[in-house]
Amino acid sequence: MQIPAPFEYARATSLDDAIALLTRYGDDALVVAGGHSLLPMMKLRLARPDWLIDINELHELDYVRRHGDELRIGALARHRTLLESAEIAALFPIMTEAERVVADPIVRNRGTIGGSLCQADPAEDLSTVCAVLGAQAVIRSATGERVIGMDEFHQGPYETAVEFNEILVEVRIPIRPRSSSSYEKVERRVGDWAVAAAGGSVTLAADGTIEDAAIGVTAVGLSGRVTDAEAVLIGHRPTDALITEAGRMTSAAVDPMTDQRGSVEYKRHLAGELTQRVLKRAIARARRQEA
Amino acid sequence: MTLVEEPLVGAEHGRLHDHNPAAADADRPIGFGRLQRKEDPRFIRGQGRYTDDVVLPGMLHGAILRAPVAHARIVSIDTSEALSRPGVRAVLTGKDLEPLKLAWIPTLSYDVQAVLATDKVRFQGQEVAFVIADDRYAARDALESIVVDYDVLPPVVDLRHALDADAPVIRDDIEGRADNHIADWECGDEAATRAVFAAADVVVAQEIVYPRVHPAPMETCGAVADFNAVSGELTLYETSQAPHAHRTIIAMVSGIPEHKIHLISPDIGGGFGNKVGIYPGYVLAIVGSIVTGHPVKWMEDRSENLMSTSFARDYIMQGEIAATKDGRLLGIRANVLADHGAFNGTAQPTKYPAGFFNLFPGSYTWDAVYGKVTSVYTNKAPGGVAYACSFRVTEASYFVERMIDRLALELKMDPAELRLKNFIRPEQFPYDNKAGFEYDSGQYEKTMRHAMGLIGYDQLRQEQVEKRARGELMGIGISFFTEGVGAGPRKHMDILGLGMADGAELRIHPTGKAVVRISVQSQGQAHETTFAQIVAEEIGIPPEDIEVVHGDTDRTPFGLGTYGSRSTPVSGAAVALVTRKVRDKARLIAAAMLETRPEDLEWAKGRWFVKGDPTASRTIQEIAMAAHGTMELPDGVDGNLDAEVTYDPPNLTYPYGAYFCVTDIDRGTGKVTVRRFLAVDDCGTRINPMVIEGQVHGGLTDGVGMALMEIIEFDPEGNNLGGSFMDYLIPTAMEVPDWETGFTVTPSPHHPIGAKGIGESATVGSPAAIVNSVIDALSPLGVTGIDMPCTPGRVWDAMQGHATPPI
Ligand SMILES: Cc1cc2nc3c(=O)[nH]c(=O)nc-3n(C[C@H](O)[C@H](O)[C@H](O)COP(=O)(O)OP(=O)(O)OC[C@H]3O[C@@H](n4cnc5c(N)ncnc54)[C@H](O)[C@@H]3O)c2cc1C
Repeated sequence: MQIPAPFEYARATSLDDAIALLTRYGDDALVVAGGHSLLPMMKLRLARPDWLIDINELHELDYVRRHGDELRIGALARHRTLLESAEIAALFPIMTEAERVVADPIVRNRGTIGGSLCQADPAEDLSTVCAVLGAQAVIRSATGERVIGMDEFHQGPYETAVEFNEILVEVRIPIRPRSSSSYEKVERRVGDWAVAAAGGSVTLAADGTIEDAAIGVTAVGLSGRVTDAEAVLIGHRPTDALITEAGRMTSAAVDPMTDQRGSVEYKRHLAGELTQRVLKRAIARARRQEA
Repeated sequence: MTLVEEPLVGAEHGRLHDHNPAAADADRPIGFGRLQRKEDPRFIRGQGRYTDDVVLPGMLHGAILRAPVAHARIVSIDTSEALSRPGVRAVLTGKDLEPLKLAWIPTLSYDVQAVLATDKVRFQGQEVAFVIADDRYAARDALESIVVDYDVLPPVVDLRHALDADAPVIRDDIEGRADNHIADWECGDEAATRAVFAAADVVVAQEIVYPRVHPAPMETCGAVADFNAVSGELTLYETSQAPHAHRTIIAMVSGIPEHKIHLISPDIGGGFGNKVGIYPGYVLAIVGSIVTGHPVKWMEDRSENLMSTSFARDYIMQGEIAATKDGRLLGIRANVLADHGAFNGTAQPTKYPAGFFNLFPGSYTWDAVYGKVTSVYTNKAPGGVAYACSFRVTEASYFVERMIDRLALELKMDPAELRLKNFIRPEQFPYDNKAGFEYDSGQYEKTMRHAMGLIGYDQLRQEQVEKRARGELMGIGISFFTEGVGAGPRKHMDILGLGMADGAELRIHPTGKAVVRISVQSQGQAHETTFAQIVAEEIGIPPEDIEVVHGDTDRTPFGLGTYGSRSTPVSGAAVALVTRKVRDKARLIAAAMLETRPEDLEWAKGRWFVKGDPTASRTIQEIAMAAHGTMELPDGVDGNLDAEVTYDPPNLTYPYGAYFCVTDIDRGTGKVTVRRFLAVDDCGTRINPMVIEGQVHGGLTDGVGMALMEIIEFDPEGNNLGGSFMDYLIPTAMEVPDWETGFTVTPSPHHPIGAKGIGESATVGSPAAIVNSVIDALSPLGVTGIDMPCTPGRVWDAMQGHATPPI
């Protein structure tokens, strides 16, 4: 049994209560959602909060609902909920495909979208998904709410715009017509973090050209989107050559490290290879939507 | 499969399990056959009792402070702050152990290992101090208050450089040590092999690396020690695969007389060799109990298990093979560099410092063979033989099976055909393998052809041709391994002077129920079922009427324990023989009961009857009652139906198998999918086919793990990069196919029931089949070799023409 350093525990009874507790204990407190990133780090004593503020009772943060041309996901929505949502599968197959390869069922039963985004691990699959889908994060503090884009939300590995006395409460994803998306990851084993992964989304114009495109990669030293590669696609008719070029540019843009999961050359190759695969799938899906 | 819907309530007794034939009363064998495991109900229903479940009154908890670096001199250790923390009862360092002569203890290979470091730390994770506290939290927290001043030294991490003249000397504790060399060992005939190579048409060479892996049992290691200062008795609960050997060694090391030590191995959550050795934590729990006067529990956590306990493999093997142009095998040479870590703690018979690597000639005939193993110290965890390896047979089999495929590639010959052409033939047994071992029996060609038929070998090759034409990467890999298990004959084999024989005691109670006591220790192998079946087969008492007792030195006869697939070959033989002894005694009693001569009786399972008159008979149950009753017994027969034996095996048994693996590789990502895997095993007489299949399924899963993902890596500073299950990957159900199994039966001629071991066959045999399959898939790209683990990244690198060794 791996034993964490001593800590105190409080179960928040409401969102306001959670924010009040965070404000009271300041930097020494951390929110615990699914606990599947935080608790392993505590057991290895890499994280040592004095206080854990448990938000698992805040069921009002656990939802997936459509609101106009947005899909709104509560921060406490579990991976499993997202994986099994028919609405998400129809609107954002990238998220369903990513959820299939996030960890394993045990982790997915507990882990949350809020925790995934706030953990901001460079290998977190949902960070890429949210970046590609142009999601916005709703952050609450004692004084009110702010809504920011993913590029502002993620400030670097393990760093986000969420302050110590704030809570991420919701993720909003714009729903766009004639659009679809895809995600693919290479892992050494089911449940392993990504060696590399890529997500892509496209919107087709009425004439079949690419009106908009987004590309994101996971675990290869580039957070946010691969804008250069996106730019070569936009305004053009999707061809194999075009997609190959987008893949090539993604390969060039990433900055991976050699580790037990693979060499720099391999990860660079994967970034390009997987980008091509997800773009092809996203385009095919978007076309089917048109039909 | 169709499932029969049955009401859960109101069903007739036994009917619930109808779709499992082995569970139906009528099909339940009295003897060999498919039988559900007797031990399963307690595991399935949460009634297993493991070491960590042991809670004694007043028990305290220990935690170990471990070295953060791989190589450093200890300047000072300050425990004062830790001692002052609430709940802390004692803090031990190496200095406290020195006067007790317990700072160092012998390893299983006649080296010594530190219990708590006194002079230097020699690997990351080495034991430095031991805190004993009221609960495990207080103990763990107090570790952070111990201040150790280290003078960091350069480590020896790369074993290829361990013998360099300027390599730091790790074992300066040993008088006169000026380098990191442990031993050189050789087998075969060097000169004859050289001559064969010189004259051969074809010679191929290949480096084959078997990287360091870990058995990673689900239950980590631990102990609860309870020393009674008044009686001088030590009760020790321990995660041990070898309770009797541990008791003897602990007696020799601690000075506590052996008869005062009661060692109990309760249920064990997986061993795989990890629980053969004696770990510092066990000794510390004992010392802790002596020092505090309380029982002390020590249970390591996952990282401690992965970083400090017995690893396996770590062999760099240079192979060469000589053959004729048309594929007749002539000679094979192995030159191995072995990493034994900081202390030479490999567990193997004394005269076999490279285990049974002698099996590297495999299943083939050669004109000459030569093997050499050089072992070295490095700044890594000690251990060596572990993980279901039959004492380095894993390395040996992997080596020869990779080499055979390498030659097939060179000769552009089908690897199945090359094997068929060179197998040892049935009439050549007993067969001297030219490296010191004599194989007992085998029908290799028959088994191989059976496997080829089951997998559809020719169709697979056809499919491969079509796929290759489309640019798809599909591989078919073969491994045909021969193991030598069941160590072993006392005159050749001992561990620290203890001969590798095993005892068995059988008592038939008056009512005809039985208890058999054995010296081996199950870690999941179903001993409580199979050993009951051996007794049942020999004497006709149903297995459910036979209790199997193991894992408790006070309740079982002496023997060396379970590892190296030795339980059935050694203890299984002991159990068969002790049952025959009881049966012979029963004959004398039955003769008296039937008022006839023993010679006039004949045995039918479960009863003695008068030759020619089957109605005149006495069942074993009736005889048992008579043995304990008032009847006048024949001269020299005392009033019980008990016996005991100790079995000294005349030879090892040599199970073997033909394994086939089909893989598909994603060209764009290098990801390997094991699509099919067939294991055809020949383990001689099959006691319980269900248990055999279970052992094979588990071992094959291990094999996929090693072939595709498992490795303990170190950075250049000697930091262990595999210290958690996030970093040290073990396979899940998702990485393995539906296992296909088959069998042939070639009994061992020297084993009482003809059985050979099966516990490790699949772990030994499967990695080569998988890796050969990967190489076969990649061969159109010019790839001739790749080392484990075949992770997507390593496979992709090989596809680009730069396959790199993992170490
Ligand atoms: C074995 C294993 C494998 C995994 N593999 C993958 C993988 O392949 N891909 C992947 O993407 N993830 C993987 N994960 C991580 C998993 O997805 C986690 O569930 C996720 O990272 C964190 O979600 P959580 O709800 O468990 O967060 P927690 O662990 O509870 O919290 C994580 C961090 O976020 C903060 N936090 C949580 N919720 C909020 C909030 N609403 N507002 C502000 N701060 C908050 C916490 O304070 C903490 O710092 C794996 C985890 C494990 C244990």
